[in-house]
Parts: sequence; C-alpha cells; structure tokens
Amino acid sequence: MELSFYLIQLLNGIQLGFLLFLIASGMTLVFGIMGIINLAHGSFYMVGAYLAYWVTSLTDNLLWGILLALPLLFLIGFLIEKLAISFLYHRDHLSQVLLTYGLILILSSLQIIFWGKEFHGIDIPSPLNGSIALTDHQNYPVYRLFISFICGLTAFGMYFVIQKTRLGMKIRAGSSNREMLRILGIDVNKLYSIVFSVGIVLAGFAGMLVFPLNAVYPGMEENILIMSFVVITLGGIGSIRGAFLSAMMIGILETFGGVFFPEISSFLVFGLMALVLMWRPQGLFGQFR
Amino acid sequence: MTIKSSIKGFDRRTLIKGSALSVASLAITGGYPSILRATTTPIKIGIFLPYTGTYAKLGSNIKDALILKIEENGGGVSGRKVEFVNIDSEMNVSKSTERINKLILRDKFDFLVGPVHSGIGMNMARIARKSGTILIVPNAGANEITGKFCAPNIFRTSFSSWQTAYPAGKVLLEDGMKRVVLIYWNYAFGKQTADAFRESFEKGGGRIIADIPTPFPKSEFQSFFTKIAALEPDAVFTFYSGGGAIQFMKDFKRAGLNRRIKLYSTFLTEGTAKAAGDASEGIRSTLHYATTLKNSMNERFKSVFLKKTGQEADVFAVQGYDAGELIIQGLKRTGGDTVSQKRLIEAMESSKIQSPRGEITFSKAHNPIQDIYLREVINGENEMIKIAMEKVNDPALGCELI
Amino acid sequence: MKTNFRIFLLIGILALLSAIPLLGSFYTQLFTRVLIWAIFAISLDLLVGYTGLISLGHAAFFGTGAYVLGMVFKNSPEINLLVALPLSLIGSALLALLIGAACLRTRGVYFIMLSLAFAQMLYFFAFQTNYLGGDDGIFLLGRPTMRIGTIELIDLSRSENIYIFVLTCLVLLLIFMNKLIASPFGKVLYGIKHNETRMRSLGYPVYRFKLISFIIAGTLGGLSGFLEASHSGYINPSFFYWHESGLVLVMVVLGGMGTFYGPVLGASLVILLENFLPDLFESSQLALGTIIVLIVLFMPRGLFGILQRKNI
Repeated sequence: MELSFYLIQLLNGIQLGFLLFLIASGMTLVFGIMGIINLAHGSFYMVGAYLAYWVTSLTDNLLWGILLALPLLFLIGFLIEKLAISFLYHRDHLSQVLLTYGLILILSSLQIIFWGKEFHGIDIPSPLNGSIALTDHQNYPVYRLFISFICGLTAFGMYFVIQKTRLGMKIRAGSSNREMLRILGIDVNKLYSIVFSVGIVLAGFAGMLVFPLNAVYPGMEENILIMSFVVITLGGIGSIRGAFLSAMMIGILETFGGVFFPEISSFLVFGLMALVLMWRPQGLFGQFR
Repeated sequence: MTIKSSIKGFDRRTLIKGSALSVASLAITGGYPSILRATTTPIKIGIFLPYTGTYAKLGSNIKDALILKIEENGGGVSGRKVEFVNIDSEMNVSKSTERINKLILRDKFDFLVGPVHSGIGMNMARIARKSGTILIVPNAGANEITGKFCAPNIFRTSFSSWQTAYPAGKVLLEDGMKRVVLIYWNYAFGKQTADAFRESFEKGGGRIIADIPTPFPKSEFQSFFTKIAALEPDAVFTFYSGGGAIQFMKDFKRAGLNRRIKLYSTFLTEGTAKAAGDASEGIRSTLHYATTLKNSMNERFKSVFLKKTGQEADVFAVQGYDAGELIIQGLKRTGGDTVSQKRLIEAMESSKIQSPRGEITFSKAHNPIQDIYLREVINGENEMIKIAMEKVNDPALGCELI
Repeated sequence: MKTNFRIFLLIGILALLSAIPLLGSFYTQLFTRVLIWAIFAISLDLLVGYTGLISLGHAAFFGTGAYVLGMVFKNSPEINLLVALPLSLIGSALLALLIGAACLRTRGVYFIMLSLAFAQMLYFFAFQTNYLGGDDGIFLLGRPTMRIGTIELIDLSRSENIYIFVLTCLVLLLIFMNKLIASPFGKVLYGIKHNETRMRSLGYPVYRFKLISFIIAGTLGGLSGFLEASHSGYINPSFFYWHESGLVLVMVVLGGMGTFYGPVLGASLVILLENFLPDLFESSQLALGTIIVLIVLFMPRGLFGILQRKNI
C-alpha cells in the first residue's frame, strides 16, 4: 500500500482518539475529583447530539445549534447532579454503578419520548463539507480535520484550566486530597456540581461535533458507553493525562485493527485493556484509592 | 403515558381485562358448538414489535399500518371485532423467548404479528411451529424464516434477504458494471444479502474484485474507502442499515468516491435516504417497494397513512398494511372462522393481495412472490426506474413444504 | 428471626413454588425463568455480597454455560442433560479461573471495568464466530432429556418437568450456599470482604480465596446459563451482553446482597416486573430505570433489608 493510505488511517486514528478523549476526560474528571463512577456518562454523548440537532433544526445553523446546546446540557448536568448524583458521595461504588445504570435506561427512553424514533441528519455547512485531495484518488474530508482541531483545542483548554487557574487549583487539590478542600473553606457542593456538569458537557460536546458526520438516532450511544469505560480504565481512572494517552492508543488501534484484522477488531481494544491491567493493575497513570 | 395500541379509545388495561374476561367466557361457554363460539368472540391479534431502540420507528410504522388496515375494514372481519395486544420486543433477543411465550401461551391469540429483527424472527418461527399459532412476519428478512423454519402456520408479508439482493446482480450487469467491490456488515443479514448478490452477479459473468465484510455495528469506513479507491472498481455493492448506512453514504461522498464509482444497495429506505441528505443522491437500490410507485393503491395508502398517523408511509408500513390484508382475506373466505385452522391457512395461502407495492401472492413456503424494483434516489426520493425482476420467488432452501 | 418460623416459611414457599405448574404452561415457563435468574443472582451474590467483589461481567459465565451446551448439541436430535451439564460446568469453571486470575490482580473500579471488558470480549467473539452461529445464535432443535444408557429418567421437553428440575437445582444451591457461608471458607470470605488488609496480615492467601470464590460463582453462573439455554432452546450473543450483567446486579442489590433470600427475591421481582411492565407502559425501560434509581436512593439495603428490619 502507498504511504497516503497509512497517513489517512493515522489521521482517522487520531481523530477517533481525540473524540474518545473528549468523552472520557469528563468521566475520568468526575471520578478523580468526586469519586463517582458514572456508567451513564456515554449517554450524554447522545443527549448532546440530540440537543444540538434540535437547536440546529430550529435555528437552521449548526454553529448556533452547538453554542446554545452547550449551556442547555450544562443545566441538565446540574439538575441530575442535584437530584441524584449528590446522594451518592458517601455511598460505595456499587450504588453508583446501579444508579447510573438506571440512568442509562431512563435517558434512552426519554430520548424517544422527546425526540421520537426517526433518524435525523444535517448537512455540514459549506466551508467544512469539502475534502482535500491527498493523491489522485485519495481524498480526506475537511470536517474530520476540523473535529480533530476542535478536540485538540478543547484538550489544550482543559490543560490550561487545570494547571493555570484557580478553579484548576481547586480541582487538583480535590483530586489529591478531598478533605483539604473543606479545610480550605471551599464550597465543595458547588465545586462538585460544576465538575459533574462540565464532565457531561464534554461528552455531549463530542456528540455535537460528530453527529453532522452521521445522524442522530435512538441507540446511537451504545458503542460509546463501553468505549468510554475502556479508555478511562486503561489510562488510569482519574488521570486526564492517562485518558489522553489511552484514547490515542485505542483510536489508532481501532482504526488500524479495523483494516488489517477486521475479524477480531471488535475485541482488540478489550484485549489491550486486559493486557495493560495485568501489567499495571491501576492503569497507565492511575492510583488505587 | 398514553397507549396508542387501541382502536377507538380502547385502552390497553381494559383490553387486558377484556381479554381475561373473554378467556373466562370461553371456558364457560365451552359446551356450545365451537363454530358458534368462534364466530362471535373477537379476533385477537398479538403484535410483537420494537418501540424502543434503533428500530423503534420500523416497529411503530408496521403497527400503525396494520391497525389502519383493520380500521378501514370497519374494525373487524366477517362480523367479528378485532382486538390488538401490543408488546415491545425492545430488540432484546435474550428476553424474546419469554415475551413470545407470553403472547402464545397466556394470551392465546388467533394471529401473531412480528417481529422486525431476524434473530427474534427465527425464534418466533421456532416457537410458532411448536404451538401452531398463525404467525405473520411483517419484516424480519432472514431466509430461514420461510426456509429451514417454514411451517404451514408461518407467513411473511415482507421479503427474504435473498429476494431483495438477487435481482441486484442482474441490474448491475445491465448497467454495465463488470468489476465490483462488495462491502457489507458482517452479520447474518449482511452476509445473506451479499451471498444472493454474488450468486446472480457471478452467474451473469460479473467479477467481484474485493469482498469486504466489515465488523458490525461499527461505522468507521474511511479506511476501507482508501482500499476501494485504489482498486478503481466500476461500482460498489453494499449492505448497511440505519446509522451505518447513513455514515457510509456520507463518508463515501466526502471521500469523493461518488464521482467515479457508482453505489448500489438493497435496503435504502426513505428514512435513511433523507437523513443522509444529498449524500444519497443517485444511489441505486433494489427493493420490493418504492414510495413513488405510481398506482392508485399506493397513492391512497400514502395519503391515508399520513392523515392517520402524521408520519410518511414507508416500506415497513406497507408490510404491516399487507399483514392486515392477509388476515382479512383469510378470514373473509372462512366466514370469520378461526377454529378450523387448516381452512384458514389454505385461504390465506391463496390470497392475492393488491398491495401499495403491486400485486403479491404467496409461495408454498409462504413468502411473498413479488416484483422487485430498481430505484434511484432523485431529489431525496427513491424513484422507480424499472422492474428489476418480475415475480421473484424465494428458493426457500431447507423448507419442508416445498 | 426464630428458627422454627424460618423453617416453616421455607416449607411454605417451597410448597407454593411446587404448585406453580398447576397454573398452566405460561406461568410454568415464567417461573422457570424466575428460578433460573434466581440461581444466576445467587451466584453473583457470592461475589458481591460475600466476597466484596463487584462484577459487571457476570454474564460471561451465563453465556458460557449456554454456549457449551449449544456447541455440543446444536445438531443432535436429543440433548442429554446428564452429559451436557458437566461439560457446561467445567467450561464455565475453566473460564472463571482464567478471567478471575486476571481480574483479581486489580481491585475497586478497575475490577468492575475489567470484568465488564472480558464479558464484552466474549460477546463480540460469539457475535463474529460463524461456528457459534454469529449474531443469529444457536437454535437447539433437539429434545432435552435426562437419560443413563437407554433408561430415560425425565423427559424435559415437558415444561413442568423442566420447572421441577430447575426448582430442585435452586433448592440444592441454597443448601450448598448455606453450608458454604457457614464453613471456615465462608468465614474467610467474610473477613476479606470487611477487612482485606487484616486478613492478609493474618497470613491468609487472600488472592487464592478470592479466586476460589470467583470460580465457584462462575461455575454457578454457568449453571444458570445452561438452564436458560435448555429451557428456551435459543442461545445468542446477548447472553454475554453487559445489560444482562447489569440486570443481575440489580437483582442482587434490589433483593438485598449478602442475604439468604435476597437474590431470589430480587430475581423474582425483576423478572416479573419485566414481564408485566410492558402491559402497563409503552416504555417499560423508563419504568425499570426509575425503579432502579429509586431503590438505590431510598432502599440501600434492598427488599430483604426492609423485611429484616421489620423482623419478619
């Protein structure tokens, strides 16, 4: 095969990796700071996509769709944290797993009640819907590059917020020592609400970016749910850096695996995760707690 | 929560009470001649379709069209009222045995209609074979349902996967496509579709230069497109559904392949064609229906369905509508008698249905014998180009009725 | 709870359960499923309730028990359970040894996720392997029976016979669990669940104890899958799917984990709800999800916890 073939696979792998990172970073953030394992995290990928589709169809503009859907999703996250998640802070992992499992069922049912059973797609707005010619017969879609770019920007933004701002300082303090926050007089409840909502917005944002490539439809979150578990576990639960590395590894493995070993590609990622955890039981950058 | 499964304000809870009552009254009137009993009690139809998950839309269109058909007939047949009980199959294969048993063993229906999913369809067929309940399959296309699992009491008003794909091989050759890449989801329905296409295409002298099964239900196709682009085939024949189909068409266009390579498929439905936007433009597909078919039956059906449900009719609605017609024709000919099942089955078998898709009859294996159309997406609609193959009859491999 | 009363209650429940076949074949089949899932839930409870290991991949064994049966008997006209059962149990036990050995190297959330990953691997494996029937799964068309040589013990194609067979399995399992929990082995598990570090410093080979518990749980999970397959005659990849793992975990917690009746109670309630909710709501998933959330929020000790508090 020619070089451009590998280049395209690599671009695809990186794009998928960025996307998985966006989804998983929120989940790992919530676990790292709040100690909450949210199985329903991937469901918000679907919720985000539907919100963005809904607003886009009202305003006829994808940019507005996404910009207005983000605060809406933040609000939804805030409500869910207050109504359900906040009761779980002193409960064990089992309660968290169960409650958020229930949440998965509820969210997928509500999706049908609110938005119906149809498939809906939109056309990508004009500067982004073209493709770049790599060779005579190899093209690469601009929108995919755009996704990678936005995801990379978001990742950098997250790095900046966590490392350089006061909120980030609190977050770092919270993830290494939860009691410290209380002692410092920080409003933990407020911090938790914000962190949970931001986490959900990250997953939803990924959905908003991706749905123009495909469509919104009932059950679109099925694959994402499990993939986000794999990413955060492999990277070390609670570690943003770990999530980034493992998202990239999995993105690239998925893409190349799909081409060279299509028969076994579905369980390659699970195999990688099992292998890594046997070598490092707490994931690449994780700690047991 | 409102329940829409009812006819004329019949709510499901009263319906269940009602059916419990009618079972009780059956037991009491047990001494009377069976004909009397069989011609006065309501006819009960159990519907087993998905209303949640990815195929929810298919399920509700089938159900709505079926109920519409019965309503058009006055809500009953031959003086007997028709009652429906509706259960969500949730597309959950592992719960299906229990749910089907519930329909068959507890509620004792005269007719069962369902499902959408092929695996559940085979399971339903297997259980119906044992219990003897008349089963009408309004979608599930697995060849086995009217093949290995066929039985006198099992009918299908939709299609077999062989039936929709076999004519495609002939169509591609007529269009002058000699070197073709075959790409499809590697699951039962995808494989059966690919096999049927390969059979007719290679028989006619075509050459399949690459056969690419991709993992189900993944919709990451970019990598395969680079491969396809390098092969430079005349055309690509594909089978994907739902989100996969949309992603495939959109990516195919974005990769610029649609300019040089013609795309063919079988099951390109109006829903997926619309959601894919202009990426579906110009794609040709073979199927037993096209919304734009010009016959009075189809025109009427589309407008009535839209008025009744607020939804556009599609191929699934047609299949549900015809399931209703099959029940009506069978019962009319036996005077509403459901007790002598043999007569009822014979009557259904010889039905000739004037469907929105054209006329259909039933093969010995009880699969519809129907015309398969070649359609092309023009301005977002599947326009009928021509009849790809007339009166296509599924070979029903492994069926003992043949 | 007084011992006499407890024995009386047990006999009463058993008598009621034995009478189920009188209600006709629908209820017989429904309760067969209830009992099978009770066995499945009990097997998971050994991990969750008694060893403190939260597995979100217990369906791995449910599926394995079923698929071993399916692979051996997919084309035979008759399925002799006396041959099939040991094979299924051995298959599940071996798999539990492998998966357990890997998963137990880690703990906490990592254990949850790794157990889930293994079950999903098996799901995709079954889905993509033609030999295992792919996504269509395996239909068992043969007649299930139990025979030694030419002497047929029970004809299991009759639904009431299969029901009694499953009920017997459940009763034997409950007796076995009772003995196991009371045994020195059970006491060690109790110690591990409540203070693993102390057990380790006392010199117990904690890893080995956990692994044995995992293997027993896996084997019993295989038993339930085997029973489900021989009861329904249809085996498919969704036996491995993580929704099944989630559902059985819900049963254990709903009923009350680490209790004698809890998992049975939980399984009965969930299966019956699953069966009757669709009669009442178009979206039974919404109702089920809401019930799960409410239970976690307001009944952390499960149904059996409430019964115990009221001292019934």
